[in-house]
Amino acid sequence: MTDATQSQKPRSQWFAVWHQFRQHKGAMAALILLGALVFFVLIGPLLWRIDPNFIEPNTVKMFKLRNNPPSFDHPLGTDQLGRDILARMMFGGRISLAVGLVAMLVAIFIGTTIGVLAGYFRRADGLLMRFTDLFLALPLLPLLLVMMMLFSEMVASVLGPRLGTFLLIVLAIGVTSWMQSARVVRGEVLALKEREFVLAARSIGTPNRRIILRHILPNVLSPVLVAATLGIAAAIITESVLSFLGLGFPPDFPTWGRLLYDGIDSIRTYPERVVWPGLAISLTVLSVNYIGDGLRDALDPRIRGR
Amino acid sequence: MLTFTIRRLLTAIPTLLLISLVIFLLVDFAPGSPMSDIPLTVPPDVRQKMMEAMGADQPVMVRYLLWLKQFFWTEPLYGIDAIFGTDFAQGAQRIISWQSKVPVFRIIGERMPQTLTVVGTAYAVGVLIALPIGIYSAYRQYSWFDQAGTFFAMAGFSVPTFFTGNLLILIFSVKLGWLPTIYDTTLRVTDWASFYKMVMQMAMPVTVLALFNAAEISRYTRSSVLENLGQDYVRTARAKGMTESTVLLKHVLRNSLIPVVTVIALGLPTVFGGAIVTEQIFKINGLGAALIGAIHVSDLPTVQTLTFIFAVLIVMFNLIADILYGILDPRIRYD
Repeated sequence: MTDATQSQKPRSQWFAVWHQFRQHKGAMAALILLGALVFFVLIGPLLWRIDPNFIEPNTVKMFKLRNNPPSFDHPLGTDQLGRDILARMMFGGRISLAVGLVAMLVAIFIGTTIGVLAGYFRRADGLLMRFTDLFLALPLLPLLLVMMMLFSEMVASVLGPRLGTFLLIVLAIGVTSWMQSARVVRGEVLALKEREFVLAARSIGTPNRRIILRHILPNVLSPVLVAATLGIAAAIITESVLSFLGLGFPPDFPTWGRLLYDGIDSIRTYPERVVWPGLAISLTVLSVNYIGDGLRDALDPRIRGR
Repeated sequence: MLTFTIRRLLTAIPTLLLISLVIFLLVDFAPGSPMSDIPLTVPPDVRQKMMEAMGADQPVMVRYLLWLKQFFWTEPLYGIDAIFGTDFAQGAQRIISWQSKVPVFRIIGERMPQTLTVVGTAYAVGVLIALPIGIYSAYRQYSWFDQAGTFFAMAGFSVPTFFTGNLLILIFSVKLGWLPTIYDTTLRVTDWASFYKMVMQMAMPVTVLALFNAAEISRYTRSSVLENLGQDYVRTARAKGMTESTVLLKHVLRNSLIPVVTVIALGLPTVFGGAIVTEQIFKINGLGAALIGAIHVSDLPTVQTLTFIFAVLIVMFNLIADILYGILDPRIRYD
């Protein structure tokens, strides 16, 4: 009897999701690839201990170190100031991924808040959705560029060039990319609000705040998760576009986009300086998008075979 | 249909006004007000006129209204004057670029053709690639062609345009030496030789933008065709003994293109955004390059105007998409 009850033990939802996710070959390959990239970026600097911003103080030595081809000491060669390109790639990847993650968190936070408020409170719905539509009609890339132009000096003088630029870029990207998640969340909340368990919660006098936190939010988790994954990819691309246009991070605090931008001047002589960062961005974004696709399939209970 | 169109037109006006307010306030709240930043190279009398035209010491709302007046009243008057040789504007202050000291709208007029040629061709090519891929992927769902199409689309919106662009330059210009890297804006197409040169210099920018657009549109076409293929009318058509090509290309295609047409219209403004990057890569002297150039030298009037022009484009194409949807699908009109 005990054996029977044990085998009858209901599997958790996340187990089922993981089981479905594994069916998606592309997403699994992407997960492995992304894992390798994250490993390269996070663990790499612990093994490859060269300072990415180290410039040889001795001028004669520095000139000898400039523009070296790949060698045992510098597997990807050195740049025009004799800095190790492999170390810079690792360092740049950390910042690129960090920007993607934090900007996504900002966007999801704004998007979920607005989506839940619009879906749950009918009076706020019209106004908040007009607000969302307004943001959708804004020319986002030009506005991002204008924001970077107007505020980067001021923020840099208050918070320092590194932290300042990071915060500005993350906030700017977050503020301009929450609209899709707000719409998705609103749609879900509108449907959830009419379900019996919400009605039951309300009938025993649960305050709105607790209904939202305990009953609504856990149930919109799956669309938010998908939107979040795709949001990381979009944020990484946006950041690299800003860096590519010369309005992103400073050169001593490079991201993959900035490395690519710096490499363009020497594209004829050292094409690999454009190819490595570009390849890193493309592979990261591609794998994150594939994972998002797989998650969407895995989290959809209509597709997920029970 | 007329009331539908008018209603949509009327909703566009407050949207545009709000966007202009956002853009104006963003620039206005930035450290160092635009007026205190006028470079010393601008002659004093022009500076005085600019201050008056923008009401430098007035409250924010008045300055905003004056800016709107310059944008929506003075500049169109100059436009009419330029076309018909009249003199409605009577020397009112125009929006002047700080960088080149000529009216911003003259710069826009000079830059617009390049952007439109590249973006327009790229979009047309993108749509022409995307439609067949999308239709065939849906028709043979889960075939190897469909899988390849999915990967192509995924790669299309994952690989950033600045990387594909530079990769193309690397292959076709640096290694093979077939195509020029720099777009020659002064080239006029007069004979076959110059036409050939034009095609050569447009090949790479158009490819980059077209691939990016084709990825998205082919996905929409695929899902729309898939949805229609399962409908009852398709079964009816097949039961009547129609050939597969008639069913697919006449019945299904017509119905499934309705949402795709709106996606195509809605996608155009993003292409202008993508053009900013592409123009930077291939050194095309277009609107996007003008915006980046103005941003790098803090030429605020140009930046403000160009950003707003992009906003106008977005709202305009949203409107066109809405109206097209109304024309193509009668069910939409009666909401």
